[in-house]
Amino acid sequence: MNQVAPLTNSPIKRRSRWASSFKKGWERSKYLHLLALPGVLFYLIFNYAPMYAILIAFQDFQPMKGVWGSTWVGFDQFKTFFQHIYFWRVIRNTLLLSLLELLIVFPLQILFAILLNEIRKNFYKRFVQTVSYLPHFISLPAIIGMLFMFLSPQDGPFNMLLTKVFHIEPINFMGISEWFRPLYILSEIWTTLGWGAIIYLAALTNVNPDMYESASLDGASRVKMIWHITLPAIQPTVMIMLLLQIGKMMSLGADKVLLMQSPLTYEVSDVISTFVYRRGLEFGEYSFATAVGFFNSLINIALLLTANWFVKKTTDNSLF
Amino acid sequence: MIRDQSLSSKLLDIVVHAVMIVVLIATIYPVLYVLSASLSSPTAFNMGKVSLFPVDFTLKAYLLIWEAQTVPHSFLNSVIYTTLGTAISMLLTTSLAYALSRKKLTLRRFYMVFILITMFFNGGMISNFLLVKNLGMYDTIWAIVLPTAVSTYYLIIMRSYFQAVPEELNESAYLDGANDLVIFFRITLPLSMAALVTIGLFYAVNYWNAWFSSLLYLKDTDKYPLQMVLRSIIIRSELLMQSIKAGEVSANEMASTDITSIKYATLFVSIGPMMILYPFIQKYFVKGVMIGSLKG
Repeated sequence: MNQVAPLTNSPIKRRSRWASSFKKGWERSKYLHLLALPGVLFYLIFNYAPMYAILIAFQDFQPMKGVWGSTWVGFDQFKTFFQHIYFWRVIRNTLLLSLLELLIVFPLQILFAILLNEIRKNFYKRFVQTVSYLPHFISLPAIIGMLFMFLSPQDGPFNMLLTKVFHIEPINFMGISEWFRPLYILSEIWTTLGWGAIIYLAALTNVNPDMYESASLDGASRVKMIWHITLPAIQPTVMIMLLLQIGKMMSLGADKVLLMQSPLTYEVSDVISTFVYRRGLEFGEYSFATAVGFFNSLINIALLLTANWFVKKTTDNSLF
Repeated sequence: MIRDQSLSSKLLDIVVHAVMIVVLIATIYPVLYVLSASLSSPTAFNMGKVSLFPVDFTLKAYLLIWEAQTVPHSFLNSVIYTTLGTAISMLLTTSLAYALSRKKLTLRRFYMVFILITMFFNGGMISNFLLVKNLGMYDTIWAIVLPTAVSTYYLIIMRSYFQAVPEELNESAYLDGANDLVIFFRITLPLSMAALVTIGLFYAVNYWNAWFSSLLYLKDTDKYPLQMVLRSIIIRSELLMQSIKAGEVSANEMASTDITSIKYATLFVSIGPMMILYPFIQKYFVKGVMIGSLKG
């Protein structure tokens, strides 16, 4: 039997050759697979296993009965959400906060990077940079805590100042809807201005200093140089960051908003993720909250793919 | 560089310096104010005398939070979560990143896709919560240190670092009879100390500042990390104040003046360690982000 040599190109032979080379490669890298194993298990348990639990979005999930014992209800949970009185409110609030971030915080980071790039004294530049990164390392409860304490109507220094200078009654800033968005964006600027600028400064380190030199020999003003050298240098990075920002328009995290909001401001502060948190974990409506979260992540993926497609079409950059 | 002496250049300089001064003051002042307020006497603070430096210097607020034990206890919890969490994260991240950095790993592309998919799809808050419950980790330290142990972003940065180690080193060690485990522990890791410190610090800061996982997964307030205690002391109590009419609070006026300085002191305790370490470690962070941005 072994004597019967099959044709060299027969599929069986090819497959066995592939299998043997795979086996050889596996043998050579077995220790690498061993090293990868704990990390792979982590991803399986903490990233892939929860994906399976999305099934409960199509159920009327009862924790006692488990995923297989609960009743299937199809798209009922999604329908409930679409008809929910707060449906448009949470969509609108999520979109508006993200949009404000995109229109205000995002350009400010770029502007800050450009201005930093104009400082000639290296020590001064590094000092400002170092200080501006600092807020990035302060925890959210501390940042929002400061906001609450500084603006407190009882003993907040800001209200004390207002009373002293303008003789007006203390204002309960954190409890007034109109103030929620400005304060959210202001604290966002405070936290991310310096840190967000790093990536553009990194792009600017690739610019050849000779370009500025020869431009200035040609009589270009510094403002002109910003326009014709600095901006084109960071343009690809800006496009990618813009793309990322648009991609996460609807995925505003719950943590910061949860710290800032109170029932007094729900009208403007309740976003999709805080809605999911409240309905799911405070009211125990697991299936409904999972359905809302799942719907949200579908939108996120669609947004990211669209933004990527768009950037690919208009420029040479893309994310994937 | 030849100096541009035009008017527009001078205007630009003025704008640059003005912006930088505003940024410096706006960043430093709030932090400094918190420190000064926590070190001032409550009466001086309530009269609005504190503006930059402590007035009627006192350590009373710090003594009070030391005696009340909640803050020191949660500080210790935070230290434990940060240490254990960072150790687990580093173990999982470095070993996986190393395997992925070697070209000879079979199924390398499959592994990468398997990992990158999780950046786009995830189960969401509720699914994660149910998982933690089902694994019996609810209200235990494991719920804080395990579910977020590997950050895909840091994993990719770590992998780029490892890829920068010359392949010839691996090859020659291999010829000397060392297997990949030995190469990883004896050659690659010692050569990547700077990278390990950088990523380790990223993880440590994340664990120190984390609070949302405690909100989701911890029930017992004795297990709360410092950030959660900060949230209850400051934010919860402010919200409570909002719902109480101003008139009713005045009865407790004396007590509430102490509470204010306690709040400032607690806040400073929570950001203090970072402020002290920050000047020494910030260069690692910037380097880490640079590498992430260039190769990511």
